[in-house]
Parts: sequence; structure tokens; C-alpha cells
Amino acid sequence: MGFAASLHFTSAEIGLSLAGLMLLLVTAWTSHNASRGITIVAVAALFGAAIFTGGELWHTSPAGDAFGGLYRVDAFGSFAKVLIYLATAAVLIVTPRYFAERGAYRGEYPVLMLFSAVGAGMMVSATDLMTLYIGLELSSLSSYIFASFLRSDWRSNEAGLKYFILGALASGIILYGMSLVYGFAGTTSYSGIRIAFDAAFPTGALFGMVFVLAGLAFKIAAVPFHMWTPDVYEGAPTPVTAFFASAPKVAAVGMMMRMALGPFGGEEEAWRQIVIFAALASIVVGALGAIGQQNLKRLMAYSSINNIGFLLIGLAAATPAGAAGVTIYLAIYVPMTVGSFIALLMLRDADGKPLETFADISGLATTRPALAWCLMLLMFSLAGIPPLFGFWGKFVVFQAAVQADLVPLAAIGIAASVIGAFYYLKFIKVMFFDEPADRAPEPRSPAGHWGVLAVCVVAISPLGYLATPWLGSVADKAAAALFLVA
Amino acid sequence: MGFPILSVMLAVPLAAAIACLFLGRSAARALALVATLVNLGLGIVLWASYDIGGAQWQFTERANLFAGFQYALGIDGIALMLIVLSVFLMPICILASWDSIEKRVGEYMAAFLLMETLMIGVFAAQDLFLFYIMFEAGLIPMYLIIGVWGGANRIYASYKFFLYTLLGSVLMLIAMLWMVNVAGTTSIPALMQHDFPAGAQTWLWLAFFASFAVKMPMWPVHTWLPDAHVQAPTAGSVILAGVLLKMGGYGFIRFSLPMFPDASAQFMWLVFGLSMAAVIITSLIALVQHDMKKLIAYSSVAHMAIVTAGLFAFNVQGLEGAMVMMLSHGLVSGALFLCVGVIYDRLHTREIDRYGGLAINMPKYALFFMLFTMASIGLPGTSGFVAEFLSLAGVYEQSSLATLVLTTGIILGAAYMLYLYRRVAFGVQKHADAAAMPDLDRREWLMLAPIAAAVLWMGVYPESFIAPMRKDIATLEARLAYASPAGDAALREAPPRAFPANTMAHKAPAEEAR
Repeated sequence: MGFAASLHFTSAEIGLSLAGLMLLLVTAWTSHNASRGITIVAVAALFGAAIFTGGELWHTSPAGDAFGGLYRVDAFGSFAKVLIYLATAAVLIVTPRYFAERGAYRGEYPVLMLFSAVGAGMMVSATDLMTLYIGLELSSLSSYIFASFLRSDWRSNEAGLKYFILGALASGIILYGMSLVYGFAGTTSYSGIRIAFDAAFPTGALFGMVFVLAGLAFKIAAVPFHMWTPDVYEGAPTPVTAFFASAPKVAAVGMMMRMALGPFGGEEEAWRQIVIFAALASIVVGALGAIGQQNLKRLMAYSSINNIGFLLIGLAAATPAGAAGVTIYLAIYVPMTVGSFIALLMLRDADGKPLETFADISGLATTRPALAWCLMLLMFSLAGIPPLFGFWGKFVVFQAAVQADLVPLAAIGIAASVIGAFYYLKFIKVMFFDEPADRAPEPRSPAGHWGVLAVCVVAISPLGYLATPWLGSVADKAAAALFLVA
Repeated sequence: MGFPILSVMLAVPLAAAIACLFLGRSAARALALVATLVNLGLGIVLWASYDIGGAQWQFTERANLFAGFQYALGIDGIALMLIVLSVFLMPICILASWDSIEKRVGEYMAAFLLMETLMIGVFAAQDLFLFYIMFEAGLIPMYLIIGVWGGANRIYASYKFFLYTLLGSVLMLIAMLWMVNVAGTTSIPALMQHDFPAGAQTWLWLAFFASFAVKMPMWPVHTWLPDAHVQAPTAGSVILAGVLLKMGGYGFIRFSLPMFPDASAQFMWLVFGLSMAAVIITSLIALVQHDMKKLIAYSSVAHMAIVTAGLFAFNVQGLEGAMVMMLSHGLVSGALFLCVGVIYDRLHTREIDRYGGLAINMPKYALFFMLFTMASIGLPGTSGFVAEFLSLAGVYEQSSLATLVLTTGIILGAAYMLYLYRRVAFGVQKHADAAAMPDLDRREWLMLAPIAAAVLWMGVYPESFIAPMRKDIATLEARLAYASPAGDAALREAPPRAFPANTMAHKAPAEEAR
């Protein structure tokens, strides 16, 4: 594989990195007033990267290694990257207003977003533990800064600190696991590890694998490594929370898929029980933990834990159908979660103070009917009630589990999802059944917010089903690419 | 491929529902009424052009719009009658909410019209997952109808309704996934012919039972129904009792019985046992109610128990009786809820004690109310008689004990309904405000008269309603015949006697010779 081909395969990431570096220079030499322009350029760069990656995926769908097996371009990676770039762009569109009103918006923010997106893209494409770790840290380090971007707000600082300490711990665990894996396999390349472990899988390598998976569980906030999520989600500025719940989640899940089915693909019996436990525990804890919550962002944190559980059910199947199910679930989860957080972002009272608790949004259906209806659709979709598109995500995942003879897992998981439905219903109950609150919400929201919200809501509406043949074929291609590595 | 009438019937209320969201109150009411009347017209066309005795599945439509399942519609006689019932009740529901709903009229009408689309979709779906989507989606509008426009305790009732039914249905989804994985098709007609292994049938049947028993509702998972009925607005109760409960019965007759005959036979006594318990227990509970709606809700549970018993009798009478009972109960209980709604709109209470002697100041109302009371009891000449007679005749072939208990329940049914009627319509006028209530107005006439006509029609000439279903029920019976348990009322073949049964002892030489 020539150098030119390598550059071609990585050109989306290289382009984003170059855009980020150039914008960094611009930021350094201009005043704060330029941050708006920098944001626009960054969003344009992200869209460009998404279109480029999507075009590759759609037309030629190349599959090949770049830079001597460090990096792999295939349908799965491209699909995940399109999701990551689009999610990042969507979040970036709605970000500036929130920070600008607090006088905290800087040009560095969009630049860091770009770097974080590049890191996330590397995580899903890496086929070598070294590349993987660099991508992971590039993405994580930017995230720590976002969480504490409101320097004067102690909640934001607390979230940043917690995220940093626990994230660093998780990185350490992953690194320790990687070193064990390297020690027993003698190589850091995914295909090399697969060959070595297929030949012999000693206990030490099992420890390494468990450590890597545990660290990844931290990153995706799966139970029992979820405890940082509610605090960080609540404390971080809302646009940042929207970002955390979307792009890095996709990246971490994608990287977990690639690791579990690639280098550890021969040992699925060893990790399946871990994944099944994490899946069921995430569904149950995510559902039960959310019931008592009054803060909406905290509630959404538990909701994301709950959703990770469903994603892991698809992984537990360890079949191409399961991988395709996870891919489809991710594609539906991103608009659902981004849409929900943007709706939360639009919930402000007349003074611009965010409405953050259930008491604040009661009776929203009479004060802001359009917003309440959007939120209602999103909540029913998150609960997985047909005919909304969220149902389809759960459907494909459970179908894969049933096909893989994991019927008890599917039955318990879906029964526990009824508990989760309770708090999504509470959202709707508060908005539609209760009397309006004293603090009237701000009567208008900016067009940019509405635009992104509308795109998300249309995507999860029943119209989404019309995309299922297309989504299904792309997801099948992506899943097949994952198993090709083996 | 002719005129896609089923798709049009789905599209008309859906389009009207979206439009209603953006309309003012009077425009929304008018549009909802027009849309439901158009659908009623289409339903009549559907009934008239249904070819009785023709192909099993008619008006079929098929399109590969989705991955994993198909947009496949088509009806047989059973689905036809339930669709006609749905479109018949809808305009009446809109009329019933004409004045009583004052807040957020557009959204209310939208929810009802969406409900209509989903109900027709449930009965017309020929694809397993299309059915599931329609079946589940019905929860959303009903949750909103109870929660936004319901009574004082509406929030509790709406949660209970939603979560109960959801828990039942999700297990059915897992069973459906398993079936599709094994049978390799999502088409309901194909699955109705598929023979699943007998061991797996047990689990599949139980998973489907979890869903349909809650929807039906069967004792002891019926407790959501009284709460939902009491809190829902009048039209919500009508649709709930009239059509939504029928989805459970439809599920049994479309899925549980033809797809899992062995398991159905195996669990026959479970169904009979729960039905017997339901009839007796809920009838006794209904006797002591002070709330009119709650009383009628409990009577619904009792009537649905007769449906389930009839369905699991494994013979033509039982199945036909169960279907007629569903249609009849849809009309009668809907009408009874409307009757409660009429006086609730005047006095804003459902306490039975607050009324009395209404026959004096509301004679026309009392007449209608009596007709529907009698139909609920099963007086000959009304639809209820046909339904109860056929179902019980079917059950008798299977078990005389079950018939004895179910018939006792019907006597109790007469007791609570007559007791209710006596307290509301007869006796002295205890309260001045109740005595001052005006009789039916024109809108209420328009609501009650068509149902009364239908109830009498079904009671006098049920053939019109049974004829379209006859062939489908015969097909189902033939499918079930191999699994049908032997009943205790069947004739037994014994060796012929040597002498006539009425022979006197001294005239029996053959006997002595032996």
C-alpha cells in the first residue's frame, strides 16, 4: 500500500487536523469577535469531512490499511465517522449562544471540537493499539477542557475535574490492559493479536482483555463503571453534555466493537458474559436510577446509561447481525440524544436562565407547544415505543440477540426497558398533564436551534422507517467489514 | 390491484389528525367529524364489496417499503367486522366529545383520529411487525387522551394503563422475533399455516398470552381497566371498551389459536379457569360499585371472559359466539358509557346515588338506557342474547362445568345491571338538580339511535354479521380440529342395546335368556 493511498484514506482526518491547526493560529491572532467566524469554518470543515467520508462509503466503499496496518478504512469506520462528524457539527451549531451569553465563548472551543472529532475518528479506525491510544487521548483531553469550559462556574469545574480524574483512571486501566495484551501477544496490531490469541490464550491475556474492556466500559459509561456520568452530565454546560452523549459515545462504542470482534473475536465466549452482565446491569441501573431524578440533565445521563445497555446486547450477540444492530442503534441514538439535549438547551426562562428540573417544565405543552411536541416524540422514541424510530433500534438489537439464541437475555432486557419507559413517560406527563409553571419559558428560540432540532425529530419520526432499507444495507456492509478483520 | 381502499382508510384519519393539530377548536371538531364520516362511508363500501365466501384474504396490498417487514394489508371476514365496528363508533365518539371537551380541542381530535388509523391498521395488518407497530402505537394517543383530558386521578390511571399494556406486549415482541427467525417469514397468513414445534408453542403461547390477556383484559390482570375507564373522558371510554379491548380477542383468534393449536389445547383450562373466576368475581365486584363507570368497566371484564371462554371452546359455535360477543359488547358497552356520559355532562358526577327517578324527567334517555341494559344482560331480541347463547353453547360441548359457572355469572350480570338501572332511572327523584335535567338533545339522539338500531339488528338478524366470518371461522376450526380436547358433553358411542329403552322388565325375555 503506497503512501499516496494512505494519505487518501486518512484525508478526512488530516483535513480536519489542518483546519484545526489553522484556526488555532487565527484564534491566536484575532480578537474574541472572530470566534463566530471560526465556529462557522469549523462546522463547514466537519460537514466537508462527513460528506467526504460518506461519499467514500457510498460510492466506492474502499477497504484497506493505511500506514502499514496502523489505520484501517472500511465501511464500519466510515459509517461511525460520518455519525461522529455530523453529531459534532450539530452540537457546534447550537453551542456559541450558550457560552456567548455567559461571556465565555472563545475561538479555542471550535478548534478543540475539531481535534476531539479527529480523535474520535481515529478511535473507530485504529487497527493498532498505539493508534488507538493516541486517538483516545486526543479525544479525551479535549473533552476534559469542554467540561470545565465555564471557568467561573463551580459546577462546570467540578464536572471537569471529575471527568478528568476518572477519565485518566480509565485510560490508565486501558493502558495497563494493553500492555498485558502486548506482552502476551508480542504485537500491537489487531490482526497480529488475533493470530496470537487464536493460537494460545493464557490467563494473563484474559486479564489484559478484561482490563481493556473495563476501561472501555468507563468510557461508554456502562454499569458498573457509570458513576461519573450523572455528575458530569449535570455539571457540564448543556451543549457540552449534548456532545458527550453523542460523538465520543459513538467513538467509544465503535472502538469497543472493533476490539471485541477483531483482536478478541476468537475469545467471544470469554467476554460475552462480561458484556451480558454490563448490558443488563446498565439497563436496570439506568432505568431505576432515573426514576427519582428531578434534574433533567441528570435524568438524561441515566437515560444514556440505559441506552448503552441496549447497545451492548447487540455486541453480546457477537454475530454480524448483532454488529449491524449496534450500528443501526447508534445511527438512531445520535439524533435522539442530540435532539433531546438541544430541546433542553432551548428551555430557558425570559432571563436566559436554563430550565433544568421537572418543576420548571411543567405545562410546557401550553406555553411552548411546538417544543413540547418535539420533546414528546423524542421521549417516546427513547422509550422505544413504535411507531417512532427509536423502536427500530431496539428491534434490530433484540432480533440479533434472539437469532444468536440469547432469548433469556433479550426477554430480561426488554422487560427491564418497561421500567425505563416510566421516566420517559414522566417527562411527557409533566409537560402535557400538569399545570404551567410560574417561570414562563422564553417565547422564542434561535433558528439554528430549531433547524437542528427539526432535523433530529424528522429523523426519529415514523418517516425514519423509510430509510430502513438503506440503513440496513449500510449497516450490513459495516458489520461485514468488522468480521473481515478476523 | 384495484383501489387501495384499506390504505385510504388509514390515510384519511391520519391526514386529518395532522391538520387538526393546526386548527382552531370549531374547525378541528368539524374536520374530525367529516374525516370519521368519510371513513364510515369507506367502511360501508368495504363491507358491501367484501366477497362472502370468496378468497380468504381480500383487498390485499403489499409493498416493500421497509427492511425487515412489509407494508402488507388485507382482511378476512373477522377483521372486516372489527374494522366496521371501529369506523362505526368513531363518529359517535367525536359527537360525544363535541361539547364536553373544551381545552386543547385540536390536539384531542388529532389523538382520536390517530387512534382510528392505528385501530384499522391493527385489524388490517398482514405483516407480523406491522401489526406489532400498530398495536403498540395505540398506547400513545390513549395515554394522552386519559392523561390530558381525564378525570381527577388521571395521571395514576394513564401510567397504569401504559405500563401494564407495555409490559405485556414487549414479551410478545420477543416471541415474534423468535417465530420469524424460525419460520423465515413475517407474513401473518403464512405463519397461520406454519407448524411450530409443540415444545416451543408453549412458550410462544405464553408470551402472546401475556400481551393479549392484559389487553383483553382477563382476571387477574384487569385492574388497569376500571382505573382507565373511570378517568378517561366519555369518548375515550367508548373507544377503550368498544375497540381496544377487542384487540386482545382479535389477537387470540388471529395468533394464539391458529399459530399454536397444541399449546392452545394445553392451556384451555387455564383460560377457562381465569374466565370462570373473572365472571363470578368481577360480577360480584360490580354489584357493590357506587360509580357508574366503574360498574360498567367491571361488567366489561365479565363479558370479555365469556369471549375468551368461547374462543377456547375449539368449535364453530364458540368461535362465532365469541366474535358476536366482541361486536355486541363493542356496541353495548360503548353505548352504556355514552349513557353515563350524557348524565355526567349534566350533573358532573358518576355517583349512582346522586341520580334516581330519571325515567320521570328524561323518558327518552331512560328508554335508550333500558335497551342497552337489556342488551348487556343478554335479553333475546338484542345482540347480547345471540352472543351469549352461541358462546355458551360452544363452551358446553367442551365442559359443562365451565358453562354452569359462566351462566351463573350471567345471572349475576342481570342482577347488577338491573340494580343499576333501578337506582338511576326508577324510584323517586331524590335530588332536585337531577330531577331538573333536560332530556336528550338532538346530538345525543344522533349518538345513541344508530347504536340502538345496530344492537336490535344484530339481535334479530345476526346472519348479516356472521355470514362474512363463517368461512374464516370454519377454516380456523379445521386447523384446530386435530388439537381439540375431547369435551365432556360429546356423544359417546356405546354398543346398541338389545331391547328398547322403554321396555318393561317383565317384557324382556332377551334379558332373562342371557
